[in-house]
Amino acid sequence: MAAEAKGEKEIKKVKDEEPVDKAILQKYHRGSQNRFKNLKDKKLRGKLRSYESQYEQAAVQAAKSELLLTEEPGYLEAEGLEKTFKFKQRNIADVVDVASAKKYFDLKLDTFGPYRINYTRNGRFLLIGGKKGHLATIDWQNKKLGCEVHVQETVRDVRWLHIETMFAVAQKKCVYIYDNTGIELHCLKNHRQVNRLEFLPYHFLLASVGDYGILKYQDTSTGKPVCELFSKLGKCDCMTQNPYNAVIHLGHYNGTVTMWAPSMKDPLVKMLCHRGPVQAIAIDNKGYYMATSGLDGQMKIWDVRTYKQLQAYYTPTPASCLAISQRGLLAVGHGPHIQIWRDPFTQKQKSPYMSHLFPSCTVHGMQFSPFEDVLGVGHSQGFGSLLIPGAGEPNFDALEANPYQTKKQRQEFEVKALLEKIQPELITLNPMDIVHVNHPSKKGTRKDGQNDDDEESNSKEKFEPKHKTKGRSSSKKQHLRKKGHEQQEKKVSEIQSNCEAAMEDVDSLLSHPLGLGYFQDLIQV
Amino acid sequence: MKVKVLSRNPADYIRENSSDIHKIHRNLDPSLHPFEAPREYTRALNAVKLERVFAKPFVASLDGHTDGVNCIARHPRSLSVLLSGSCDGEIRLWSLPRRECLRTLTAHTGFVRGLCVSPSADYFISVGDDKVIKQWNMAQSFDISSQTSQAPINTIIGKNLYHGIDHHWKNSVFATCGEQVDIWDENRAEPVRSFTWGVDTIHSVKFNPIETHLLASTASDRSIILYDMRGSTALRKVVMEMRSNTVAWNPLEAFIFTVANEDSNLYTYDIRRFNQPINVHMDHVSAVLDVDYAPTGQEFVTGSFDKTIRIFARDSGRSREVYHTRRMQRVFCVRYSADSTYVLSGSDETNIRIWKANSSQKLGALAPREKAAFSYNAKLKERFQHHPMLKRIKRHRHVPKAIFKAAKEKKVMMASVKRKEDNQRQHSKPGSVPRVAERKKHAVAVVE
Repeated sequence: MAAEAKGEKEIKKVKDEEPVDKAILQKYHRGSQNRFKNLKDKKLRGKLRSYESQYEQAAVQAAKSELLLTEEPGYLEAEGLEKTFKFKQRNIADVVDVASAKKYFDLKLDTFGPYRINYTRNGRFLLIGGKKGHLATIDWQNKKLGCEVHVQETVRDVRWLHIETMFAVAQKKCVYIYDNTGIELHCLKNHRQVNRLEFLPYHFLLASVGDYGILKYQDTSTGKPVCELFSKLGKCDCMTQNPYNAVIHLGHYNGTVTMWAPSMKDPLVKMLCHRGPVQAIAIDNKGYYMATSGLDGQMKIWDVRTYKQLQAYYTPTPASCLAISQRGLLAVGHGPHIQIWRDPFTQKQKSPYMSHLFPSCTVHGMQFSPFEDVLGVGHSQGFGSLLIPGAGEPNFDALEANPYQTKKQRQEFEVKALLEKIQPELITLNPMDIVHVNHPSKKGTRKDGQNDDDEESNSKEKFEPKHKTKGRSSSKKQHLRKKGHEQQEKKVSEIQSNCEAAMEDVDSLLSHPLGLGYFQDLIQV
Repeated sequence: MKVKVLSRNPADYIRENSSDIHKIHRNLDPSLHPFEAPREYTRALNAVKLERVFAKPFVASLDGHTDGVNCIARHPRSLSVLLSGSCDGEIRLWSLPRRECLRTLTAHTGFVRGLCVSPSADYFISVGDDKVIKQWNMAQSFDISSQTSQAPINTIIGKNLYHGIDHHWKNSVFATCGEQVDIWDENRAEPVRSFTWGVDTIHSVKFNPIETHLLASTASDRSIILYDMRGSTALRKVVMEMRSNTVAWNPLEAFIFTVANEDSNLYTYDIRRFNQPINVHMDHVSAVLDVDYAPTGQEFVTGSFDKTIRIFARDSGRSREVYHTRRMQRVFCVRYSADSTYVLSGSDETNIRIWKANSSQKLGALAPREKAAFSYNAKLKERFQHHPMLKRIKRHRHVPKAIFKAAKEKKVMMASVKRKEDNQRQHSKPGSVPRVAERKKHAVAVVE
């Protein structure tokens, strides 16, 4: 009996362990596997090995849990001689179900335009701000108006804060914060003449940039200003955040794009992208690609990890707005036109995926609604909501952003979010830096992995002996000075060889993406 | 044209009525969870801060003795019973959950030097300054109804002073120490065997819990002596720089024991390599008077003359925890509770104190969500333990000014010694002043 039962159990076990698709598994892997065969410390080795297997198991289980994702992404396919970009919004709205068709609508608001727009992180609420002072919050799916106010002042940009009860508005002189009933909560007087606002939800930072070209960060949880960074490149009206690492990208009139973190006075990266003022920047969710458009009539795609240009497209007129959806569709707005491009980053596309025209309008603000197949467009005559099949992520994570959040859940979410607010100093180009071991390299004193080439070129600098006087010119000294270069090199190579010997056994581990602080002690030796 | 637009049925995402639980749909795709590492770091930081916030280790104080508590013994079968002997010759039995004294026995004239309970918990034995070994019935001692003063079931009048006593972990054999180590059978009035090595006083003796015939003792000639109960002579001894006060065997590793030394350190020895300790545990600033291993074998608790109690991990050189209160004086004896959740300490100012072994641990039953949160926090703390911020918060302890100053002074002194050595090394022939590991400095000689 017992043997039989055991046999059954074994069969069950085999059945349970269905192979997981490698492509899916890859998505859940955090960094590459480590080799620590040449690690001397046995205990450490055993511990690391067990960690490694735990991570592997976690990835497998996460991959298996994809089974529970119920929703499928949307799509639009042409049949026969049709072209997808020829389809009108009307045609699509006629075909899809009633609930989806209602998401295609237009708000005609021609007195106070042009409009800037912003969706909340869960995609449920919409904030629109007309240049001539009109502000409105809308539960756009139920078509319910939240609040509507007229501030009787120029409105340059609008932005939701961490939840839908507060939003920031860049007005004529200062930035104001309103609550969801339209009552003014704060006036941030130190943000002057602001053109663009950006909110970093995980850091509770409101960033603003304006006519003076000063990037200012304000902590919205404590209300304290965090820092002011001087771009020194004049007026700025183009700002985007990288959702992957919370680095702020600014586009300048001289064609450069600069990247900023609050911990650094100077830009982290400065890249020349266009031969004219930069008009718009958009960055994809994973932080891989950046799309920029300039007055030189080009739209370029960049790899933000390597800062290399991938594609360059010409737009009929300079594109004024760019947006990238959760599933990687790129929306380009130029004049009254909107073009949607599918997969524009890795391959050069010949024709757009979809296109749309707002007659006799100009597009001013554009954003894909998160978790919906919808593109919101703010233009000079109001607001338009377009159906873009395949734009939104079908399966949301209710603990990150829940479109069906109740009030109680929202309150709880707010508390949790505040508890794990990330400090502004932790904004770096690579957000995983904090779990990496910072170690001196074999080649002298390298600070991090990225400036490898620079350091090497620095060390090869030409040696110039100092010609000190003050009676130090004995013949021996003179000789040594001439020999100096060689002598120094000898010393350096000695130090390097020592260093290499010490680093040998830990070296393979240092690239590990997980917090292996165990090495710190080793490395300090 | 083939088209599909995302269209969710709200019924799939919203609970039907308010008695249901909320539907929480998860998607573990890493791109939907940005800033994983900084967020986890923040959580770890919060966890470690909360740990310090909730660190309230003191549970209770057992008040009743009229003189300093010299020795305590835990009940081998019951978590709730504790025995203690004081400097005025009294033995008290305590109920830990009720925090009250169950029974007071006037046992000896002068100090109660040692106290031990038989593994079956039928009786307990005490030795005192009056050169008497007394055996008491446990059940009778608990009998509160009998108001008459209880008499010991057995009394042995010895020839010389006894300093300590320990019971065998399985048999009805116990060992006393004084001028020599005597092995007694419970049924006999004379010792079965006596071990002498030199003429000095032996301060403590302990049976090995696994290799039950092995004994270790500490003597006032600065030595630690090993005995095998089956042999006629002692096995070997190691002489240290200063005297060791007590010895404690690791209950899980038969060959490991730790001694509490007068030089404010503790030394862990492996009996297979007796010539040097395998670990030196520093942190106390004055003589360490008692040490006891947790039943898990992972940690030990120490009590010191500097009025503090410290808890060390088995293999770490520094303590993980320090306990002190303003009223607590010299700590004479410390014991782990049998479930290794509590630490008990008896001190000079007549009180027995109960402390939590993990100062921030929540006692009592945990809800499943609480349990999950605690284990998640523990993992986070482990993962980020080497980050300087976490390390600093986790390690920080407030200690009385005197101890803080003494520790600082000690640090300065050690730095000075090190500096001197470094200077010597720098100005001598390379290799002539070798670096000596700390653990090699303290053992003087091994005598077979």
